[in-house]
Order: sequence, then C-alpha cells, then structure tokens
Amino acid sequence: MEVRWTRKDLLSLEELSKEEIELILQTAESFKEVSSREIKKVPALRGKTIANLFFEPSTRTRTSFEIAAKRLSADIVNFSSSDSSTSKGESLRDTAKNIEAMHVDTIVMRHSSSGSAEYLARSIRAGVVNAGDGIHEHPTQGLLDIFTIRERKKKLEWIKVCLVGDILHSRVARSNIWGLKKLGAKITVCGPPTLIPTKIEELGVEVCYDLDKIIGEQDVLNILRIQLERQKGAFFPSIREYAAEYGISKERMKKAKPDVIIMHPGPVNRGVELASEVADGDRSVILDQVTNGVAVRMAVLFLTTLVER
Amino acid sequence: MGFFFAALGADESADALVADIAMDKLILDAPSIDRSVARMAHEILEKNKGVEGLALVGIQTRGVTLAKRLADAMESIVHAKVPLGILDINLYRDDLTRVSEQPIIRKTEINFDLDNKIIVLVDDVLYTGRTIRSALDALIDFGRPKRIELAVLIDRGHRELPIRADFVGKNIPTREEELVHVHFKETDSKDEVVVEDGS
Repeated sequence: MEVRWTRKDLLSLEELSKEEIELILQTAESFKEVSSREIKKVPALRGKTIANLFFEPSTRTRTSFEIAAKRLSADIVNFSSSDSSTSKGESLRDTAKNIEAMHVDTIVMRHSSSGSAEYLARSIRAGVVNAGDGIHEHPTQGLLDIFTIRERKKKLEWIKVCLVGDILHSRVARSNIWGLKKLGAKITVCGPPTLIPTKIEELGVEVCYDLDKIIGEQDVLNILRIQLERQKGAFFPSIREYAAEYGISKERMKKAKPDVIIMHPGPVNRGVELASEVADGDRSVILDQVTNGVAVRMAVLFLTTLVER
Repeated sequence: MGFFFAALGADESADALVADIAMDKLILDAPSIDRSVARMAHEILEKNKGVEGLALVGIQTRGVTLAKRLADAMESIVHAKVPLGILDINLYRDDLTRVSEQPIIRKTEINFDLDNKIIVLVDDVLYTGRTIRSALDALIDFGRPKRIELAVLIDRGHRELPIRADFVGKNIPTREEELVHVHFKETDSKDEVVVEDGS
C-alpha cells in the first residue's frame, strides 16, 4: 500500500508515520537528481509562493530552503526578524496573517519558542514548514540526517547511531531520535550528564556518559554543536574539558569502526566538538548532509505545498 | 475471474477489484506483445538506419519496461547496445497543482548526453498526449536532441494535443470511459493488454 501525503504542514518527525518519512526520503531521492542536472530546475511548483520567516539568525537553513524552492520554480521571499514588524511589537500570528493575505502558499518558519510552528499552523490556512522551533524539533535536519545515513549505510534497521554532545538544548537531536527510531535504528545519546535531559530513556534511546566506552560499536557519530549562544548556565567546566571528554579527535577516531561516518549539522566549532582533521577527513559526510539538505527540503516543500487547502 | 488477484501486483489490487466485476477484453496476450516489440525494434532500426546516435528513454513506470525490451530486441538484431534512460514526468505535468492525489515521484536517470542524439521516447499507452508533452519538456531540460521520436505499445486515440507516435505496437479504438491496462511480467507478473469497461 503506497502512502499518500495529506499534510499541509511539516511540524515534527514525532507526528509522522514510518511510511510518511519513507515517502519523503523516496521523493528526496528523485529530487537529488534534479540538482545534478545542468539545468537545475523543474516546473513542479511554478506559480506557488513560499515565504521564509526566520526569527532566529540562520544562513544555511534559510539558504537551503531558498535554493530548494527555486529549483522547484516556486517564488520565495525572505522575512527576517530584524527587518520585520515583529521588532515593532507585532504578534507572530499577525505577522503570519499578513504574509498569508498576500497569498503565500507555504511559510517556512524558524522561531526560538518551542511549539511556535504548531501554533502558527493552527492559526493560518497556508502550509507551515518548521525550520526549527526552540529546543523542540528541526524536522528537515532530522530528515536530511536520516537520508544521509541511509545513502551511506544502505539501510537504517539496526544501524547504530550515537548522538554526541548537547542533547538537552538540541532540536536536531530530538528530530533525529523520533525519525531514526521509527525506521529501526538503534540510538545512543552521549554527553555530559548536565546536557542529557532526564528521562530521555523513555524515548527508547540508550544513555552513556563515557564516549570512549561505546565509540567502537557505532556506525554513525552525529556530533551536535555546542551551542554556546543557547546555554544560559554553566553546563560543563570549560570548553577545553568538553573537548577532551567528548570532542572527536584524531586519537579518538582510532577507536571507532573503520567505516564509521561522522556527521554534524553545522556550523562546526572546530577543535571543540570536532577536530579539524576529522571534520575534513574521509569519514566525514558533513558536506553530503548539506547537499542532501536541498533535496530533502525540495521534497518537503513539494509535498506540503501541493496539498489542497 | 479470481486469478486476477493472484496475477496482479500489489499496487494493482484496486484495479483488480474493478476488473473482477466488469468484463475485461484481452487485446494482446504475451506472444502478441513479444511480436509487437520485435516488429517495433525492427522499425526503429529501419527508420534510423541502425543504432548510431540512437538512445531510448522510457517513461516511468511501464514505459521503462517497454524501453528495456526494445533495447534488448535491438541488441539481438544489430549486436550493439543502445543507451537507455529513465524519465519521470510527474514534475512536468500540466495538472500537478490540480490533482487531488499527489503523484509518487520516481527516479529520473539519464546518464548520457542528449545533445545531437536521436531519442526514442517510449511509453506503454498513448492517450491524450499530455504525458508526452510533459516528457518533451523534461527532455529539453536535459539537452538538445537532434530528433525525438515516439514509440508506444498501444495507441488508443482521443488526443487532446497535436502529438502522434512514430512506432505503434497496436492501434485500438476505445471509448473514453474505457480503461486500457498494460501489464508486464516485471511489474504485474504477466504480460497482457486488457481493456476494461469503465462505464
């Protein structure tokens, strides 16, 4: 039974079924080919308008969505918080309603409040694609991570994925966990106890505080960014100590499987969570993630924008 | 009629249900399909004077199967391989934003240069011509072929665009309500062409 896409929004991977995630991945595979053509454009969303509404600074996610929309022939406009009327005190709902009144079909939003994407989706008729809401989810990052793992490992069932670093503040971690669990991967989260949320085991993941103990059995190491800007307290003694305990150094790589892949959602703090030699090494798939991000976002924009409102 | 359930692929089960109630007319059986494919292969070679500069592009999904069979048939005649491409036309459809059910986007794979090639576009059934219109747009995005020709197993008439096929397996007069199903072993477990009374 082939599943059909019926959602105008993509808010989280928690709400998607395994089949819906697989449909996005399959669609993304077809779109990946489009980006490799000499004419990198198909007319699929001709005449549709997509708005990027970013209340948090972002270059790569916004650009990735912008390129994705353009390769589908959609028109895309950018709103950012600094030049939008939110800085004049307008509410999120009013801002979105105004954008919608200009007959925008889909809004791609990033916001610092968890749950803001869902709130927006309920308030307007236009589709909403969550490009990161607080510490809740970042579904397209989760999808592109899953796509990249599947591309490299040829399957997801029983693949061992370790998320390393700041799990507490990471929406990327949450989207990875929800998506990968549904597709049968085995997940371990690893980081300082202060950055691992309590009761995270209830999501069906293993918890480990000693990276060296488990690194040898992992197929994938997804290294999360130490988000110094998002932390409002002292979660570890010093950056140097963090790097020594959890940073992926050349030395530590010797303990890993020879075919392990190193992932990172970017931007990388070189020398903190990831040594430069590893980030640029032959096990790193960081730039594949960026390439695949465009294909995955094309798939998401294509599927959501064409749903009847 | 119970054998329809066993004979058809999983994605055809909805069709099979309908087919089980309505009477299906068998238009081509497996040997007839083989003969049609063999003849079309000869015609393509005759018209293009061999396989020099020739390439086949099958339209997903059953056009791909037919294109593979044509390529094999041509290879057995001239002992030379013909490049084979796969095309999904859904992103180029003129009704994409209007269809209520979204199409599944399958892969497109054209691993050769189209410039100055003679492309034989291959599909199972030619009907309104809109699929072929989409395919032409898609092909042009890949390059500038010297010429594009069209090969179909079944031409059932009722064109809505000025498009015709260069190579046809069989012309069959149909009413618009009727449904033409091409089944191939590769996807549907048996070779046959049937017309279903859609009314």
